[in-house]
Amino acid sequence: MGFYVLRRLLALIPTLFIASVIAFTVVRLVPGDVLDLMLSENVYSSGAPEDRAQLEQALGLDKPLYQQYLHWAGDALQGDLGESLWRNTPVTGEIAARLDVTLELGILALLIALAIGLPIGIFAAVRQETLGDHIGRTFSILALAVPNFWLGTLVVILPALWWGWSPPNKLVPFFENPLENLKTFLLPSLILGTSLSAVIMRMTRTMMLEVLRQDYIRTAWAKGLRERRVVLMHAVKNAMIPVITLVGILVPILFGGTVIIEQIFRLPGLGQLLLEAVSTRDYPVITGVFLVTGVVVMLVNLLVDLCYGYLDPKVRYDR
Amino acid sequence: MSTETSTATATATATPRTEPAATLLRVENLHTVFEKDDSVVHAVNDVSFDVRRGEVLAIVGESGSGKSITAMSLLRLIPSPPGQIIGGRVLFDGQDLLDLPDDAIRQLRGRDISMIFQEPMTSLNPSLRIGRQLAEPLRVHGSVPKDKVRERCIELLRQVRIGDPEKRLDAYPHELSGGMRQRVMIAMGLACLPRLIIADEPTTALDVTVQAQILELLRDITRASQSSMMLITHDLGVVARYADRINVMYAGRIVERGTAHDIFHRPRHPYTVGLMESMPRLDDAIGNRLTPIPGSPPDLSDPPSGCPFHPRCRFAQPRCKQERPPLERLDQEHWKACWVNLDDTH
Amino acid sequence: MSLSIQTPAAAAPATPPRRRTRPKTLRFLQRLCKERPLGALGAMICLVLLLTGLFADVIAPEGFNAINPIERLKAPSAEHWLGTDQLGRDVFARIVHGAQLSVIVAFAATTLSIVISALLGILSGYFGGRLDMVIQRLVDGWMCFPDLILLIVAVAVLGPGTWQVILILGLLFGISGSRIIRGAVLSAKQNVYVHAAQSMGASSTRILLKHILPNVMAPLIVLYTTRLAAVILAESGLSFLGLGIPPPEPSWGGMLSLDGRSYMFQAPWLAIAPGIALTVAVFGINMFGDALRDLLDPRMRGGGGRYLARVKRTIGS
Repeated sequence: MGFYVLRRLLALIPTLFIASVIAFTVVRLVPGDVLDLMLSENVYSSGAPEDRAQLEQALGLDKPLYQQYLHWAGDALQGDLGESLWRNTPVTGEIAARLDVTLELGILALLIALAIGLPIGIFAAVRQETLGDHIGRTFSILALAVPNFWLGTLVVILPALWWGWSPPNKLVPFFENPLENLKTFLLPSLILGTSLSAVIMRMTRTMMLEVLRQDYIRTAWAKGLRERRVVLMHAVKNAMIPVITLVGILVPILFGGTVIIEQIFRLPGLGQLLLEAVSTRDYPVITGVFLVTGVVVMLVNLLVDLCYGYLDPKVRYDR
Repeated sequence: MSTETSTATATATATPRTEPAATLLRVENLHTVFEKDDSVVHAVNDVSFDVRRGEVLAIVGESGSGKSITAMSLLRLIPSPPGQIIGGRVLFDGQDLLDLPDDAIRQLRGRDISMIFQEPMTSLNPSLRIGRQLAEPLRVHGSVPKDKVRERCIELLRQVRIGDPEKRLDAYPHELSGGMRQRVMIAMGLACLPRLIIADEPTTALDVTVQAQILELLRDITRASQSSMMLITHDLGVVARYADRINVMYAGRIVERGTAHDIFHRPRHPYTVGLMESMPRLDDAIGNRLTPIPGSPPDLSDPPSGCPFHPRCRFAQPRCKQERPPLERLDQEHWKACWVNLDDTH
Repeated sequence: MSLSIQTPAAAAPATPPRRRTRPKTLRFLQRLCKERPLGALGAMICLVLLLTGLFADVIAPEGFNAINPIERLKAPSAEHWLGTDQLGRDVFARIVHGAQLSVIVAFAATTLSIVISALLGILSGYFGGRLDMVIQRLVDGWMCFPDLILLIVAVAVLGPGTWQVILILGLLFGISGSRIIRGAVLSAKQNVYVHAAQSMGASSTRILLKHILPNVMAPLIVLYTTRLAAVILAESGLSFLGLGIPPPEPSWGGMLSLDGRSYMFQAPWLAIAPGIALTVAVFGINMFGDALRDLLDPRMRGGGGRYLARVKRTIGS
């Protein structure tokens, strides 16, 4: 198992390299030069060409692009993503300060999505074509169509209109007061989780239907097992394998969702940092956040692969 | 003509009519249908037979003849929807399995009647270890005290001649060969010492050499434990060597029934005759060609009128098209459903 | 020697061939209505959306951008069916013209994305080898980034605007969709007749056009419909964040954006109408796309799951 993990980690390196190249170059495709922007904002600048050259040198922008990349990548490997253009604070620190909000929101939402999606999906498959199945499917069809930012907006506006209640937006660190902290996160993660649960539910239902048709399920019935045991012991574990892959596919979508939800509920997460950086054209921050999201997705996919190995015995030894 | 002689012998031998006392399972007028799109497929139609204690009863037929569905109907393992048992009785020890509450039939499955399925490759759960799957019937039915379960599993694997059973318990199905998996399936079927084992094409997916081993194993074990076996197969060679009595099924019905000797040496239904002729025989005179039965099995959602076999039957008479022949007794053990009287020289 | 019953396989099924008198499209519509009523409903919604987009100026001629300070934040009435917004613009007119915008963006971006997917997928899948390796690693790297984050960064680079959004969405979905097309190409390539065609000396172009493309058509069409909904959602999400289509264009997402939130407390209809329009549109396209998938490409039936698993296997990742 340890060897397998190591091999998977090594396989990540080329992807990581390409992702970092993409993160680095995309941001540098900007038409208007950052330098002009910085110079025009800088009150002390006289607009003289020497100032420009000086700034260019200070930011390392005078070197060829590949050198800039190597320099940046070298620093990034040591955890240094450069400094914010405006605040001169290290980008790594800015990201670290925001990452926990996003991760908490994302993890809670994923848990909620699984808690809603898995049982309903399993139930809908076991009781195919019953009222429960139809209700579950209708719910998932709706949840797939309702955009999460609309749902979020409604949740902020309607209770405020009807009962004068608005969601708490005071953020208390989790370890200081877990209860208050969870109160703040409950509604945002519920909205994000509900819209994700639809996909999980649909997938679970299809996979369960597929598995319930298998020969080994018939064997399980022929042994005289109770329905609960047939479903939970024999069907669910096999149906989970593709569903786990789906979780890997969902994580990037989840990331996108956190950006929107953070905006609606004014949570100071990574998404908000990114949007601030975009509006101030703070390129080192944009590149940094961009890279970090990519790396997180990569790591989650690695985790999914490992879960795969745990659930599917065939994977464990070969490959 | 042969007509008179055969009916004469039938009445003569049938007079004593000693009812075989040791009936374990009696199936009466079983009728199972499947709904397919807008039509209804009569997969098993008015099937009656019995299984006696200690015997190996074979059900033979082409694929699609309803033999597997018959077997699954007995334990109510028909997936519903689309399948449904719409009539008949299945008497096991005098109680009707079709009438039992769900929980009672569940407890019977695997304990009193067990099933061994045809696909050893897919009939074991790929994500659970062999030991766990093997132990399941034992645990569920409480046949063995909890601390003895592992011991019993090892014993079972040894019984089906799997080497190194302690190690195999921890293996996953994909780590075993097809023959090995089928042995595990058999071990699972035997776990609770059932009184009836239903083996549905137990060897079809296996190599010829392994087939013989598995079948001998099955026969030896059923003999030793004095249980009965229902052997479902399309393979006449298997039937010839292992079955005591044979039911021949065609288009969801039993068309002929008799002892293995009757069926092989005095087949009386044209379909059975056709099967024999399409089967290569070791004792055949050189030059006798194999003659396959012309045509294909009927569409069971729209079966032909009269005898279901008449479109393919070379002896068909006008009557066969209009009236369906009932299953009638020829002599003590020999039954057929056919209007035509065949003799040995057909 | 195995002794078994042999059924001659020669006998053909007795069902007579179907009458082919009705045109293909009509028969398809009949199947749609009969087998997938929800899909038919989805098709209706798509049609309504399309017509609204085409005839926006006829349906709401007053103009979506007629600012009228006296009429601001009016509740729905006979005159303004869906009320007015903070600038006194008619919300109904804006929804109708928003449909037009959504239709334009959806079709333009999806068409672009499908072209990119098809090109990349066929290039990678058909020619294989080192080219495939390079393209796949690039796609791997690209797909690490969450869609929305990529979109935001791309907008930061290109600046907001309708054409920018179309370009970015087309590129984004084009690259991720190439995987599915590549999978379809690979499986088509494995079919015997392509080998046969190759050994008979047919040219690459001919094989591509005659053998590969027809097999890729079904997944392409399915991909197209599912992408339409995804594009509409992504565009509205971006506009919601204020990074998509800039005001005063009447994007549904933009109408829900945070800038207008404070007015929504006074005039909740501002928050209701665009959301319902979006939901109904996405619902309709999804349902239609699902039905299309089931009817056109049975291999993809049963959700993305089995299909994804199969694609994953072919990719070998």
